[in-house]
Amino acid sequence: MFQQRTQKSGRSVTTWYRSGGLSAVFFALPLVLIFLYFSWGPIVRGLVLSFQKNNLVAPPEWVGMSNFSYVLTDPQLPQAALNTLYFALLALVFGFPVPLFLAVFISELRKTGWLYNVLSYLPAVVPPVAAILLWTFFYDPSTAGVFNSILGWFGLGPFAWLNSQTLAMPAIVLEATWAGAGATSIIYLAALTGVRTELYEAAELDGAGIRSRVWHVTLPQIRGIILIMMLLQLIGTFQVFTEPFLFTGGGPNNATTTILLLIYRYAFINGDFGAATALSVLLAGVLCVLSVVYHFVTRRWSTT
Amino acid sequence: MNSDTSWERGIISFADRKVSVVRYGLPAIQVLLFIGVVIAGVGPLLWLLKSGVSTSQDILRGPMQLWPSGIQPQNIPDAWNRVQIGAYLGNTAFIAIGSMISTLFVCTTGAFVLSILRPKWGPVLTGAVLATLFLPGVISLVPLYMTVLKMPVLGVSLQNTFWAVWLPSAASAFNLLVIKRYFDSIPRELIEAARIDGASNIRLFTALILPLSKPIVGVVALLTVIGSWKDYLWPLLVLPDPRLQPISVALPRVAKTTEISLQMSALFLAVLIPVVLFLVFQKQFLRGVGMAGGIKE
Repeated sequence: MFQQRTQKSGRSVTTWYRSGGLSAVFFALPLVLIFLYFSWGPIVRGLVLSFQKNNLVAPPEWVGMSNFSYVLTDPQLPQAALNTLYFALLALVFGFPVPLFLAVFISELRKTGWLYNVLSYLPAVVPPVAAILLWTFFYDPSTAGVFNSILGWFGLGPFAWLNSQTLAMPAIVLEATWAGAGATSIIYLAALTGVRTELYEAAELDGAGIRSRVWHVTLPQIRGIILIMMLLQLIGTFQVFTEPFLFTGGGPNNATTTILLLIYRYAFINGDFGAATALSVLLAGVLCVLSVVYHFVTRRWSTT
Repeated sequence: MNSDTSWERGIISFADRKVSVVRYGLPAIQVLLFIGVVIAGVGPLLWLLKSGVSTSQDILRGPMQLWPSGIQPQNIPDAWNRVQIGAYLGNTAFIAIGSMISTLFVCTTGAFVLSILRPKWGPVLTGAVLATLFLPGVISLVPLYMTVLKMPVLGVSLQNTFWAVWLPSAASAFNLLVIKRYFDSIPRELIEAARIDGASNIRLFTALILPLSKPIVGVVALLTVIGSWKDYLWPLLVLPDPRLQPISVALPRVAKTTEISLQMSALFLAVLIPVVLFLVFQKQFLRGVGMAGGIKE
């Protein structure tokens, strides 16, 4: 009986081996190892770390919720949260209609559309750091600064741009929009090629003008991609780092400190990795809730 | 997408074009938009070209003067050698190509298992990969840094090695799923036929699946290179050694210590290569980016 069973399992191992079971394991090995080390592992570790005190020197120590209470009572947090929301809102107001308008317009130009396309995509291939350094120079607050001298021709300015508490954030968003609009409009354009054009004919026969054709025929057909791009943009802007970090470093007077800048300061300036991960976990939680709410809200729209 | 020869109607019809508002309004918008796009897209680059060969004084005193008072072409080789832009660009390219290779290796082999071999434990693995797609990247930033400082089990530190950038970039759920979806669309009959001909898994992978999936592999390769070229925070954290840094990380550090004219030539050189590559390969580029957007849906 025992012998029979081993024989049977032995056979199933050989059939498993013969049918390529082992080589499937080998093929999966790079994926599993890489994800264990650099994706699944860090996610789990992040959750664990947020309940620990860790400065890389002393051995980690469980501290319960104290990281969270420390982060939530940090006087800088409300300001950073408001700044991040402000950035996301401005990025949505500037950065959402521009690429959409550009894409709808370019898709109308059958012959010269590619030229608009290439030109508007150019800023997106400039490495972000180079673009930021260049724009920092453009935003020079003296009267000889590039933007100030252009506005000076019209009798405006000079503005303090990045040195001004009120203008710094809009200035950053303006650069981010400039850098991102081309890439987003390409994605809309790809979606627009799938729009069913015979509907325009029908709409025209029903007496719809150009504006109502765009509003009632074009946009509803690419609503799916518009909604997704909007969510991705929101998630991206909530995690903005490079622009405020390089433009202003969070200044002037913390007017551009975002949540990610706080995380960076906790971890890499104060060396408090527990607090940094606690804030990361909180931000990730907020973003997950946001995505779920967004999903349900937009689903209701699409049914009505 | 660009060169449709057949006229397919768009939003605006022939009848609309006869109305004078549209007839004159449309070209007017076209011209205005064209000027806008040129100023936004080409303007900064031309300005950078001009400033790259100007004297510091000219850049500071009259940044909007059309013609600099003196041209200093020596700036460009100076930036290349003295500011070591050449070396940083080399690092950038090395990092980008390494990230591309590691991403393609991990994602194609992984997708091959999940899509073609389909072992019993495949769906679990797919689910585990898919789950990471829904979590924002911020959650793993700090723990990923700590992992790289001291790799669990192995105990080695990847800091100040290119592996610290190459390997984490391969853990991309998005790229894996894109490739898997493409593999899913390969007809099963082809795979069965190859099996009957006695092809082993490795042969099936290298001789059938990979050649069939050139388009998607190209798109993923392109997106990985662009992503890596643009990356700032991660290489800043894991490559503190200036000799290893890519141009993105080096530029802000260098900018603090060099004079403005050399800074501008350095920026110009940093921008030049991606822009030229884009202009040469613009068709493949725009198609690839558009395709990636379609996948997001």
